[in-house]
Amino acid sequence: MINSLFLISHSGDIFLEKHWKSVISRSVCDYFLEAKEKAGDPENVAPVLQTPHHYLISIYRGKLFFLSVTQTEVPPLFVIEFLHRVADTFQDYFGDCSEVLIKENTVTVYELLEEMLDNGFPLATESNVLKEMIRPPTILRSVVNTLTGTTVFAEIQGVIEACVKLTGMPDLTLSFMNPRLLDDVSFHPCVRFKRWESEHVLSFIPPDGNFRLMSYHVSSQNLVAIPVYVKQNISFLETGSCGRLDITIGPKQTMGKTVESLMVTIPMPKSVLSVNLTATQGTYTFDLTTKVVLWDVGKLNPQKLPNLRGSISIQTGSPKPEENPSINIDMKIQQLAISGLKVSRLDMYGEKYKPFKGVKYVTKAGKFQVRT
Amino acid sequence: MSSSSAFNEEKGGSSSVGEPEYGHDPASGGIFSSDYKRHDDLKEMLDSNKDSLKLEAMKRIVAMIARGKNASDLFPAVVKNVACKNIEVKKLVYVYLVRYAEEQQDLALLSISTFQRGLKDPNQLIRASALRVLSSIRVTIIVPIMMLAIKEAASDMSPYVRKTAAHAIPKLYSLDPEQKDQLIEVIEKLLADKTTLVAGSVVMAFEEVCPERIDLIHKNYRKLCNLLIDVEEWGQVVIINMLTRYARTQFLNPNINESLLEEGGGGEKTFYGSDEDEDEDEEEKEKKAEAAAMAKRKPYVMDPDHRLLLRNTKPLLQSRNAAVVMAVAQLYFHLAPKAEVGVIAKALVRLLRSHSEVQYVVLQNVATMTIKRRGMFEPYLKSFYIRSTDPTQIKILKLEVLTNLANETNISTILREFQTYIKSMDKDFVAATIQAIGRCATNIGEVRDTCLNGLVQLLSNRDELVVAESVVVIKKLLQMQPEKHSDIIKHMAKLTDNIQVPMARASILWLIGEYCEHVPKIAPDVLRKMAKSFTNEEDIVKLQILNLAAKLYLTNSKQTKLLTQYVLNLAKYDQNYDIRDRARFIRQLIVPTEKSGALSKYAKKLFLALKPAPVLESPFKDRDHFQLGSLSHLLNAKAGGYQELPDWPESAPDPSVRNVEVPEWTKCSSREKRKEKKVEKPFYSDSEGESGPTESADSESDSASGSESGSGSEGSGSASESEESGEVSVSEEDEGEEEEKKTKKRELKKAVQESESEQSSEEEDRKHERKMKQRKSDSESESDEEEESESESSQSESDDSESEAEVRKKKKAAESKPPSKPVKKETKKEKKEMSLLDLDDFEPAPSPQVTPVNNLLSNSLVTDLEGLSLSEAVLSPATIAPSSALKSYELLHRITGEGLSVEYCFSRQPFSPDANMVAVQMQFTNSSTSDTKNLHMEDVKLQSGMRVKDFPEIESLPAGETATAVMGIDFCDSTQAANFQLCTHTRKFFVSIQPPVGELMRPVFLTENEFKKEQGQLMGMNEITEKLTLDAKCRNEHAIVQRVTTAANLSRVPCGSDRECSPPVPPPEHPVHRFAGRTVTSGSLVLVTVATREEGAAQLTINCEKMVIGTMLVKDILLALTQ
Repeated sequence: MINSLFLISHSGDIFLEKHWKSVISRSVCDYFLEAKEKAGDPENVAPVLQTPHHYLISIYRGKLFFLSVTQTEVPPLFVIEFLHRVADTFQDYFGDCSEVLIKENTVTVYELLEEMLDNGFPLATESNVLKEMIRPPTILRSVVNTLTGTTVFAEIQGVIEACVKLTGMPDLTLSFMNPRLLDDVSFHPCVRFKRWESEHVLSFIPPDGNFRLMSYHVSSQNLVAIPVYVKQNISFLETGSCGRLDITIGPKQTMGKTVESLMVTIPMPKSVLSVNLTATQGTYTFDLTTKVVLWDVGKLNPQKLPNLRGSISIQTGSPKPEENPSINIDMKIQQLAISGLKVSRLDMYGEKYKPFKGVKYVTKAGKFQVRT
Repeated sequence: MSSSSAFNEEKGGSSSVGEPEYGHDPASGGIFSSDYKRHDDLKEMLDSNKDSLKLEAMKRIVAMIARGKNASDLFPAVVKNVACKNIEVKKLVYVYLVRYAEEQQDLALLSISTFQRGLKDPNQLIRASALRVLSSIRVTIIVPIMMLAIKEAASDMSPYVRKTAAHAIPKLYSLDPEQKDQLIEVIEKLLADKTTLVAGSVVMAFEEVCPERIDLIHKNYRKLCNLLIDVEEWGQVVIINMLTRYARTQFLNPNINESLLEEGGGGEKTFYGSDEDEDEDEEEKEKKAEAAAMAKRKPYVMDPDHRLLLRNTKPLLQSRNAAVVMAVAQLYFHLAPKAEVGVIAKALVRLLRSHSEVQYVVLQNVATMTIKRRGMFEPYLKSFYIRSTDPTQIKILKLEVLTNLANETNISTILREFQTYIKSMDKDFVAATIQAIGRCATNIGEVRDTCLNGLVQLLSNRDELVVAESVVVIKKLLQMQPEKHSDIIKHMAKLTDNIQVPMARASILWLIGEYCEHVPKIAPDVLRKMAKSFTNEEDIVKLQILNLAAKLYLTNSKQTKLLTQYVLNLAKYDQNYDIRDRARFIRQLIVPTEKSGALSKYAKKLFLALKPAPVLESPFKDRDHFQLGSLSHLLNAKAGGYQELPDWPESAPDPSVRNVEVPEWTKCSSREKRKEKKVEKPFYSDSEGESGPTESADSESDSASGSESGSGSEGSGSASESEESGEVSVSEEDEGEEEEKKTKKRELKKAVQESESEQSSEEEDRKHERKMKQRKSDSESESDEEEESESESSQSESDDSESEAEVRKKKKAAESKPPSKPVKKETKKEKKEMSLLDLDDFEPAPSPQVTPVNNLLSNSLVTDLEGLSLSEAVLSPATIAPSSALKSYELLHRITGEGLSVEYCFSRQPFSPDANMVAVQMQFTNSSTSDTKNLHMEDVKLQSGMRVKDFPEIESLPAGETATAVMGIDFCDSTQAANFQLCTHTRKFFVSIQPPVGELMRPVFLTENEFKKEQGQLMGMNEITEKLTLDAKCRNEHAIVQRVTTAANLSRVPCGSDRECSPPVPPPEHPVHRFAGRTVTSGSLVLVTVATREEGAAQLTINCEKMVIGTMLVKDILLALTQ
């Protein structure tokens, strides 16, 4: 299935190669590098490329390209999913998936790749199985169950991340107060599908360590309460080379919880030269090369709403931008799952000891975009 | 250089062994020197006694390999450590070995013994890893060792080792494809494994080594379905993809009713609408209508196994693994009934929230799906809205999906969304959006004007790319109704002053030229401007200027003659030969000279022909002939190793192949199970009943009368005719049977004494004659009309009524067919008791039943009688003897034979001089006025291997007399004809004898248990299964037995012989008939099973080692049973 894997840095340097079948010369990457050059933005490189003798399937993660080479028919998603799993494993082992870390741990990386594939077919991809065979460089473990929830436009997409460190073969059952909320779910393979279908409880024997127990989606019918509102006014004057910007953000329905790490990103049109703004709270930066205004608000204070206003100057002679920039908002609300999903209880069977249990709710804005 | 400096640092930190003098050498490159130096110290470390040093060295070597540096010269030093005790070192040595073994084959052999030892280790992990490394060493010499290791590991106790064995199979296959057969055996064995760990890996091996051997899956199908949910994710993907293909070969299209109804509905309409049409057409239509009617009557019922697959894959839509979700989605798309496919939409939409690469692949597949099943994704329209942060390729795919989803109800929403996109800063995306608007406009008539207006507004956009793209799209839209939009064309004409994008300029010019009549004033002016700038234009623009000039010249030559000449002259000296050619071509066409050919008359027609509007199509149209989710689908080109997704079969192959064999000792319980299955019977019978008519409607070789008589009362003429003829033949049959009875009785008395065939054949002749007369009178009484209908259907073979017609024709018109042609056509259907003669060779036991039973005899009586005979310890041979009439074939026609006519039949008796020969009995009739002398055969021409034993010469055949002779032919189990010359004292005739496949065998006696045992050994490729609908006259046991034994020289296997050991069971409602025989030459078993079902449905299974014989026999028996 997968013949070879090449890791290529953002700049196009091939810094690791691994072959599971006969060696394929790294010159095959030239096709990819060419396509990358053409695409400009690394996100725009087609994940599947055809060359005269090979097919190149790649992903872009952590400013790295994972480029796999195959010679025969294979479901592309199979390879893509696997490559992401490789990146996940690196992240799990080294804390992050970056060129520096991979270079530092070449031998471990190589051993991992050796175990993960046999003759190009996935062999062991579960992190707990791998960790039994290859020791990770550092061991970071904590004993909590984590729940997070995030909003996306008018829909909620959430995940339940679990961190389990229990001895023996515990059989866990996690039940929710309001499982009906969940519209669409996908599970870690340890979860028993049948049990979920019949009783709407998550029954599973967990693997050790961190893993994503479940991802869910709350249908848009249960209308999503967007926790903040944005009042904005961005305008470019028809004549003269300037414009005005005025943004205010206020809390809407946060159920008494504070909105934290509020961050506003505004990608300005290319013709914008500079901005001159004042923020009532937090700091803002303007990146001259990417033309992005980044406003780090911090905590949202409901009594005194943060505001950012000022003028924008545009390159003289260039026409008025047609499109107003969109405003992207990032934030976090601790101790609140915006979806309203609540864990009712977690039971353990099969083992005698009493485990420590804990749950943490977090809401994060995923792709909160305001079209102006 | 950066990496080399990294090495130096590393080295400095890890070891103190340094030889700086190499580094000082100015002639050698830095990298080389450091490489050489490092290798030396690595060797030293590897040779040391300390594991820590070895480990350090190996780590550095592996790091080199990872970076793509060559470390092959270290091979001898590394391979020594293959037996190292330290597991860490060992692992890294394995890594090294696998990487370089191919390059250093001889040295690699040194390590083999270590692995061979490892294979015997008590620890399963060591066994597995030894096999893994051993099979990864790509050295051809060790193929036999690998093969042995794989075979052994395949029966290892540990499932993990068995899994490793499965992984090793494709490795060995790629190393040496000649091992395929042996590997298939291992695969077959591992497929039967019941652990989830092995399942995924072995199916993977199956897909790489022998994806065509779908028969290996039958027995494991249900198990795979049930295990699926517990198999690891990657295995799930492979299994699901494979099962998709499997299901396409084994089950019926669940949506067949829909498509049939649609088709049939249309057919019916035309049928009623054109009653006065010619008969031929009518017949076809009728068939169609009938098929539709059948489809309506018998709704499609899904095979339970098909349902099992759908049910067991559905929960996997919730897998976290995108590849699994996609695999299930494609399975549903390709296999599920239309109403159920919808469930995949939600899961696919979920994948859109994943990584952009996943989105990319999923959107491609969704795009293909939305073309076929738009409704499925409509509720999720908003999920395909585009965010400004999406990568361009994702944006364009989403746009594609949105366009596909557009319909009358949602178009306004979509267009509003498109409006936003046009403002985007991503210009490629804007261009794609404009294209999308164009497509929406062509697909949905209501919004065409709105779209057009919107696009015209875009013409004043500041961005040239946007304008250019709009022009191109507007051009396409205008072509649909140009007369309405002359002002738009005018507007566009003005654009030529500003717009610079060549494609857009070319489009505008083409538009003006094409519709110059709508803008008569502007067009010449545009040409004038273009003539001015001609030399500076791009090639595509120049070509269009030429076109414009030519068109204007033809419509408005007064104003544009000179301009056109000027442009043509400019083009004549252009650098581009296309343009020069075009100019030359146009000049000849439009400017009339004395030399110009006849074509110039048609210039106007050529240039101003009405051009069809272009169809704006999705690039994803028809892509679903590739299996969705596959690489080939994504690339829209067949990738290497891609397995085509087969079309649904016309009729479902035998579902019982998936029944898992039950060991002999549990026979009783299996019996119960079989009973349980009977409850499910309606499933089978319905689906079969459904498949029957479809088949007859589609296959042209089937005779019209066959399908009609099957379908019963149809009001139209020809159907009733054939029915009539059907009845006639039945009544004849009855008579014949009664006769049979009598003769049988008579003969039974004689049976003991009569052992010579001569006598019996005489008798046969007598009867033969009698019947001829009878038949003649029968046919004469039939109406002329009937004759017509029969002659129409006379192409088809060996159909009762039809062969009759043939006889009649011969009798009446005495028209001659070329005698040299080895016509297989039977001249008549004889009812003969050759079987009784066979009795002589067995033992003279009384045969109380089976053959002579009249149709009137009740079914139960027959079975009762049979039960009786079965309860006897000694089985009466009569039950197994073929009890059919013999067909005789014409060898030489009276006319061509100048008075001598010869017929032959297969007497079905052992040919005593040579047991491997088929006895052919020939009957010579001299109807001339003079005697024929010295009848003998000569000049035998045979295919290799075939042999013939001549019949004894007939000295003299007086006029009006008849003689018989027997010859033997060894056909070598093939239906090749035996050609020879038949000589008389005056003439020679070329004749040939071609045996029907059914005559190439002789009956053997088997008990039911023996039969089943033999059948179990002839599965897979040796088994052929067909479903059929029994002819209405052939629903009882007797008729079936008779027809089968007529078609082939087989003996009946008494059923229920195992009843002795089980409590008495009432006769089954749907009996299974079994027949057995051996081919004459090679003695291969031929096993025939006819399992009846409800309403005349039945399933015919033939197991025979000789596949050719099997396939031919299926055809023959099928024909015999359905007509």
